[in-house]
Amino acid sequence: MPVFEYAPAPESRAVVDIAPSYGLFIDGEFAEAGDGKVFKTLSPSSEEVLSEVAQAGVEDVDRAVKAARKAFETWSALPGSERAKYLFRIARIIQERSRELAVLESLDNGKPIRESRDADLPLVAAHFFYYAGWADKLAYAVRGRSPLNGTSGADPRPLGVAGQVIPWNFPLLMLAWKIAPALATGNTVVLKPAETTPLSALFFADICRQAGLPKGVVNIVTGDGSTGAELVAHPGIDKVAFTGSTEVGKAIARTVAGTRKKVTLELGGKAANIVFDDAPLDQAVEGIVGGIFFNQGHVCCAGSRLLVQESVQDELLDALKRRMSTLRVGDPLDKNTDIGAINSAEQLARIRALADAGEAEGAERWAPACELPSSGYWFAPTLFTGVTQAHRIAREEIFGPVLSVLTFRTPEEAVAKANNTPYGLSAGIWTEKGSRILWMANKLRAGVVWSNTFNKFDPASPFGGYKESGYGREGGRHGLEAYLDV
Amino acid sequence: MPTTVPAYGKEAAERLASLADVTAGDGALRRFLHGLPGVDAVGLQARAATLGTRSIKTTAKAYAIDLAISMIDLTTLEGADTPGKVRALCAKGINPDPTDRSAPKVAAICVYGDMVATAKEALTGSGIHVAAVATAFPSGRASLPVKLADTRDAVAAGADEIDMVIDRGAFLSGRYLDVFEEIRQVKEACVREDGSGTAAHLKVIFETGELQTYDNVRRASWLAMLAGADFIKTSTGKVAVNATPPVTLVLLEAVRDFHAAVGVQVGVKPAGGIRTSKDAIKYLVMVNETLGDEWLSPEWFRFGASSLLNDLLMQRQKLSTGRYSGPDYVTVD
Repeated sequence: MPVFEYAPAPESRAVVDIAPSYGLFIDGEFAEAGDGKVFKTLSPSSEEVLSEVAQAGVEDVDRAVKAARKAFETWSALPGSERAKYLFRIARIIQERSRELAVLESLDNGKPIRESRDADLPLVAAHFFYYAGWADKLAYAVRGRSPLNGTSGADPRPLGVAGQVIPWNFPLLMLAWKIAPALATGNTVVLKPAETTPLSALFFADICRQAGLPKGVVNIVTGDGSTGAELVAHPGIDKVAFTGSTEVGKAIARTVAGTRKKVTLELGGKAANIVFDDAPLDQAVEGIVGGIFFNQGHVCCAGSRLLVQESVQDELLDALKRRMSTLRVGDPLDKNTDIGAINSAEQLARIRALADAGEAEGAERWAPACELPSSGYWFAPTLFTGVTQAHRIAREEIFGPVLSVLTFRTPEEAVAKANNTPYGLSAGIWTEKGSRILWMANKLRAGVVWSNTFNKFDPASPFGGYKESGYGREGGRHGLEAYLDV
Repeated sequence: MPTTVPAYGKEAAERLASLADVTAGDGALRRFLHGLPGVDAVGLQARAATLGTRSIKTTAKAYAIDLAISMIDLTTLEGADTPGKVRALCAKGINPDPTDRSAPKVAAICVYGDMVATAKEALTGSGIHVAAVATAFPSGRASLPVKLADTRDAVAAGADEIDMVIDRGAFLSGRYLDVFEEIRQVKEACVREDGSGTAAHLKVIFETGELQTYDNVRRASWLAMLAGADFIKTSTGKVAVNATPPVTLVLLEAVRDFHAAVGVQVGVKPAGGIRTSKDAIKYLVMVNETLGDEWLSPEWFRFGASSLLNDLLMQRQKLSTGRYSGPDYVTVD
């Protein structure tokens, strides 16, 4: 009998119409950059040029901020219920256009359609729905301001213009995390998407027009790091929200220091995924795979350090390797693909360099046999065993499908190793013992601690880091505070 | 009583014997079964759901449909069964699609014990097995001697496979050794008394809908495999909740781990409620990604179903003609 090989099941590209070039979205209109500069955006799975996008300069950023400032006067004066209407409308349009947006996201980012369709887009819509619901309840949302409990004061007020810079790993989802709470609370925004993944933000601009959002409330300026730096430094903005690398986050913190600007930073991570010997092993294996190979490991809260109890190390690693061998790497638009392309040549080079460092420092490298496509940027799911806290691959964020396996013997040792990192964004605990979960969760210095699961997101749940993983929280009621003067 | 002679091979038999300690007493067996890794329900269901999103198209779909047909235990387990009904079912099993002789035949015809001889005769020369439910199916509520007699009767009538139910009462009250003993003795009763030294294949039905928790399902799986089950099977098809993808996934994982531990390959049979090609293909994907090619054959995986076949045939016709035909283009037997 022949083997059961899945025939290709590609999602159609015809549902998305990408223009050959895009301008900046300022004050409700698309416009070329002042100095006419453009850059190309590629599909990382094929290196095909998808479109040309304007590179916003100093004047463009200034125009966008001014447009947002002007729009703020009327937008912030609207009753919350009116702002909610726009947000609900945007959420519904996102749902209606979700297939188109999912395909676009997979094309521009390289992530598998299975994830953009089943994870990204539902969460994008959910964030707009969630914050739409809060828009007319802000007085009840924030601590100590409830008119119902006798401690009422002035209603919380929006900050003004928010300058937002987002990364390339979840282009549309990070946009939703930033824009939905900002608009719900009455702020206006200037958003800069990542250089390698600008398209979904530009499609979102179109959705804003479709929803009839007043001009200038949302402005999208595309460009590279210099555009982001201009935006952050612009004196006309009141709040900076950034998700990205710790290095850039530190630069932003220095820029903003001493100004009136509020700032939230969501930076890197090197999460520990801790597996005890009494864990539900099959589900732990799934959690480990989902923790590090979801979105090619391009996840700041990825469970990139597996801490496994020595007594089950062999059993768990055998199961993990067996499971990794079933991962399907390839065309992001194929509905059966589990792992897509690395987002850019630069990122691929960084992953390679760190993986090589792991080998050079004596860790043992393993990857399942898998054929990688000849064009585009690819990296096979990879496992390093024999890793110690002293290895670079145990300390530095790789931001790719590379898992470092360390071991521990006691819960105290697990906590000590898990916390022994400059980062503190997330952690995972796998055990059937509830008391241990609670004990560990209290000890771990991480913004999110998942138990018997990993990489689960919900708009109602706050997300953010300790230490070099940044400050401030996004999501949930906590996420509203970052955009309110309370 | 002749002991059964499973074709495990020497090494596997030794490794299996090394597990004999765990069945030495009730306490030891309980400690072993409760020492198996737990099953996290949320994670298990999420995994089963993810496997259900595989998109199986064109050649892969055609392959899966034919494979699924060849894995069906075409079943009639009604009080109203007549020899005529059973013969009609056998004819359908041999030649599922009268309009297209390339359709594969099913794996087995599954009937009550008193219909075995009828089915056996109707299937002569077809290579299709006769499976008989025994041991006071579906409730399992009879004394052990009655269950054993039920089994021997079906084997004597020519059954190639015996589908037994476990005593869920004993299992749920923690009398694991009783369940183990019962399976072991039924397995011995599967040995044919014609002196051939061969035995009917034993499928052990857990009725997972009554075991309730996934941890129980996993323990029952190991218990049955330790006792010598050739196949483990989810359910009778006679209760409200029968086979589900997560429950079947637990069985597949247990079979995988048992194989890794002792080298003995055990088959899996989800039964009850699997009616559409789409569902059947999801199960095949689960087998493929949990156990691999080795289990993708009627020898190691079966569907317990009565109405699934017609949907598979309609899908098959759709693939070959490009059009949906409709229920009148497949036979009602």
